Amino acid sequence: MAESYNISVRDCDLYYGDFHALKNVNIEIEEHEVTAFIGPSGCGKSTFIRIFNRMNDLVEGCRITGTIKIGLEDIYAKTTDIPLLRKNVGMVFQKPNPFPMSIYDNIAFAPRTFGIKKKGDLDGIIEHSLKQAGLWEEAKDRLKKSAMGLSGGQQQRLCIARALAADPQILLMDEPTSALDPISTGKIEELMSELKSDYTIVIVTHNMQQATRISDKTAFFLLGEIIEYDSTEVIFSKPKDKRTENYITGRFG
Amino acid sequence: MSIRVRYERELKGVFDNLVLMCRHNEVAIEKCVKSLIERDFELAKEVYAEDKLIDKIEREIEQSCLRILLMEHPVAGDFLEVAAALKMITDLERIGDQARDIAEITLQFGDDTYLKKDDTYIKKLVHIPQMAVIVIQMVKDGVQAYINRDLTLARSLGKTDDKVDELFNTVMNELTALIRKNPENAEQAILFMMITKYLERIGDHAVNIGEWVEYAITGHHPKD
Repeated sequence: MAESYNISVRDCDLYYGDFHALKNVNIEIEEHEVTAFIGPSGCGKSTFIRIFNRMNDLVEGCRITGTIKIGLEDIYAKTTDIPLLRKNVGMVFQKPNPFPMSIYDNIAFAPRTFGIKKKGDLDGIIEHSLKQAGLWEEAKDRLKKSAMGLSGGQQQRLCIARALAADPQILLMDEPTSALDPISTGKIEELMSELKSDYTIVIVTHNMQQATRISDKTAFFLLGEIIEYDSTEVIFSKPKDKRTENYITGRFG
Repeated sequence: MSIRVRYERELKGVFDNLVLMCRHNEVAIEKCVKSLIERDFELAKEVYAEDKLIDKIEREIEQSCLRILLMEHPVAGDFLEVAAALKMITDLERIGDQARDIAEITLQFGDDTYLKKDDTYIKKLVHIPQMAVIVIQMVKDGVQAYINRDLTLARSLGKTDDKVDELFNTVMNELTALIRKNPENAEQAILFMMITKYLERIGDHAVNIGEWVEYAITGHHPKD
């Protein structure tokens, strides 16, 4: 992978069969920033972030045109190493999805896949990842216990730790706190602010306050298009497009 | 069609109260200057009541805006509108205070020490009523500009204020000359200076209101 981890999308269209889900999307996502995607359900936000680690490849009938680059590398080039891409572009989903195994094995999964076998090395990665995700103190005495016994908020932080253990450069988060209580949400938001110095973070959120709290830039999606993309402060104080204003002020429809 | 009915209703309440607060300010300025000209001390006392009412409406608007911020989390244009209203009421409240301060001076004129033996003022009141007419219009324009989202009107207030400043300087020069002419004029002259200064300050507050209206419309305060 290249040195820089900004994401550059040019003239991107995506189709699910006949359905034109993303229309001529262009965006530059900066590294070391949190970029939020907002927009009504079905507007293409999740579809769009799944492009960045080629998760849409798994969807039958999905066709993508345009150029998507991470740093200088075209991630849709024939030579792209997809497992490596997915290692570098981690993903956290709306619902915590720990594997039905121990906390330790959840986090060790990616490093083991990429050839790290020594217990000492794995122990170090697990401690570091759990600390980064703010879960170490709560989990250190139960590493061998099932991850399914953790609370929802803890499970989500475990999923973040699991993504971080793969040593990614980009972290995609698709509504990571929508199923969590305010305290767990607060912890994860705090975490994102800390992690952004090392990662490029993209978050899909339906929570407008969350977007204003944590993101540097915000893109508003509507019907498969990016209507407006600007600094979060501009989007939430003086958006240029009336459709953006109508959406964020709750006057849609 | 808006889907935020409760929010719209609360905001309308703020608008209505702002218009009401503005109206009481107009009345307060009119009464304080009229009571001065006509030496009507009963009328001057009525200004105190107006000021109390203005303070009460300020608190109501403040509570409404804070409730909106807390409960409705307004963003974008909604936020700018509520933030501007919160700032504007401070200026409107100060305007009420200044009208009351003028009324207080009018009452001082009821005291023998301040009036000449023939019971008259040291000067004819020409420019002070002129100032009052202009500042009343400025306050009205400021609030109207907010309600109608009229950027041109909001921005015109600075220019209008130049006229107020001009009249202020004219009165100051006149009073200085009167003191030079006869030092016994000094007691009254000082009171007139204060009145003129209060009217000039009302003009400044109207300009501040215009600036917050500009912020509500454009997202930028002109002083930033």
